[in-house]
Amino acid sequence: MRIRAEHLSYTYNADTPFAAHALHDVTLTIEEGEFFGIIGHTGSGKSTFVQHLNGLLRVPSSMKKYRRKKPKKGEIPPPEPVLQVGQFDLTDKKTDFRALRRSVGTVFQYPEYQLFAETVFEDVAFGYRNFAEKKPMEHETQEAVKEAIEMVGLNYGEVRGMSPFELSGGQKRRVAIAGVIVTRPAVLVLDEPAAGLDPLGKQEVMDLLHRIHREWCRTVVIVSHDMDEIAENCTHAAVFSDGEVKYVLPPRELFRHEKELLDMGLELPLVAKLCLSLERQGIAIDCDFTEEDFIRKVLALPRQMRIC
Amino acid sequence: MLKDVSFGQYYPVESFVHRLDPRTKLLFVIAYIAAIFLSKNFYGLAACAAVLFAAIGFAKIPLRKIVRSMKGVLFLVVFTAVINIFFYRSEGARILWEWKIFRITAEGLIFSGFLIARLFLLVICASLLTLTTTPVSLTDGVESLLTPLKWVRFPVHELALIMSIALRFIPILMDETDRIMNAQKARGADFETGGPIRRIRAIIPVIIPLLLSAFRRADELGDAMDARCYTGGKNRTKYKKLRFAAGDFAMFVLAAALIAGVVLMRIYLGAPV
Repeated sequence: MRIRAEHLSYTYNADTPFAAHALHDVTLTIEEGEFFGIIGHTGSGKSTFVQHLNGLLRVPSSMKKYRRKKPKKGEIPPPEPVLQVGQFDLTDKKTDFRALRRSVGTVFQYPEYQLFAETVFEDVAFGYRNFAEKKPMEHETQEAVKEAIEMVGLNYGEVRGMSPFELSGGQKRRVAIAGVIVTRPAVLVLDEPAAGLDPLGKQEVMDLLHRIHREWCRTVVIVSHDMDEIAENCTHAAVFSDGEVKYVLPPRELFRHEKELLDMGLELPLVAKLCLSLERQGIAIDCDFTEEDFIRKVLALPRQMRIC
Repeated sequence: MLKDVSFGQYYPVESFVHRLDPRTKLLFVIAYIAAIFLSKNFYGLAACAAVLFAAIGFAKIPLRKIVRSMKGVLFLVVFTAVINIFFYRSEGARILWEWKIFRITAEGLIFSGFLIARLFLLVICASLLTLTTTPVSLTDGVESLLTPLKWVRFPVHELALIMSIALRFIPILMDETDRIMNAQKARGADFETGGPIRRIRAIIPVIIPLLLSAFRRADELGDAMDARCYTGGKNRTKYKKLRFAAGDFAMFVLAAALIAGVVLMRIYLGAPV
């Protein structure tokens, strides 16, 4: 499903002294099939944006009470926001938000803290049963849960009867992800999927997401503040800062904006930093900023250049 | 959804009432409650109301905040009023309408009106206190006012600490609840439809992670306090010392005047019915 947002703005606690503008006139398109990265500093509005995608935060015009404000004389009314996820128009009051949430799976930050059921099986089945049109047959549920648990790389026979609280941190996170993808959403949104994991755990989660992307969910959107994660994994990345989208680029072009990124409190990916310092030494390397590609191209350099 | 809970509803503006010492405000609220209960007629309540609305004006609190706090007790007020309208009994009451055990009397109506006014004044006064005082300074005030109890070995400091930790954690736990609810909503949980039993069941996936995280936080907080060698109230000094200023003394005078006025009105102007 294609995701299209135009002129999207959002204010927390509007009309109170605590009002905080989280999004300002965001325009962004995510094509079907992408592994899309959203990067930004804390408070840049990236989480607010992704919570719009499954209707947890609503565009004001989709709310029951909403009435359009009449523009004052001589004032140009702000452009109407647009937010479309596949066939769903999220600015419409009549949107079926249940169906939307079934097609847009959302994994929140630290999803292991949402586990609650007595067994791993019950926890993963929670979403499946909630979204079923009519009460699913037991064997259907079992089948779906088994596939989801195996998809995230856990041993179904071993963990199905265990309490989710007996598992290790990384396993808990896998179970939580299984609990979201069990309904086979077309779009999978993950907020900081690798936060708080050790380097190996991070790599495993990313590999898992690529596998889900290949086999189950056509479009994957990840939110992160870690440039390396985005550069290594994404087809396109949107840079958020102060509630606005600054750039939408393939990660390999991000390094052209080194200074601006630093000003936004973001670091360049490690590989990009290496490339830049090599460039200053007069060695230009044209790579796509994944570690593998970089190493291959460095090794392909003429021998005498490598020794310096 | 959870934003409607008006707890820890501090409204941050700069005003005379906000600047008052929390102890003054606490004592004033107690005096005010006494004044309300000492009033036996509408004159007394009118005096109380005048003081209260003047305070709201000085505190620069928007009226809709006040109205919202009234909504919270609307059910209680209506319930009390209805009971009193139908079941008020007194000798020589003028009967307006009667059916079986239900009887509406003129005096009953007046008395119910009196109760409604009294309840609303109580609630508005209490919420004005929390609107103008941060939870932290409120607990400071409570601790300071309860100091005499230390003489009978009452753990005042510990009580204040428990209060301030509880207050401090309310917004955190509310945020957490919001987050967990969102996560479960994303997995298709439905908190808004169905009968009471279904709704209670729907809360389970929120309550369990919330309890777990509360325990986790409590553990972490305990460790953090241990790590900083916290041993309780003995010999602790305060970063912010409470001090009375001229405004506080003015409030004491006002409280005394209000109580005196209400008592005089009670003696000379008689009961409402």
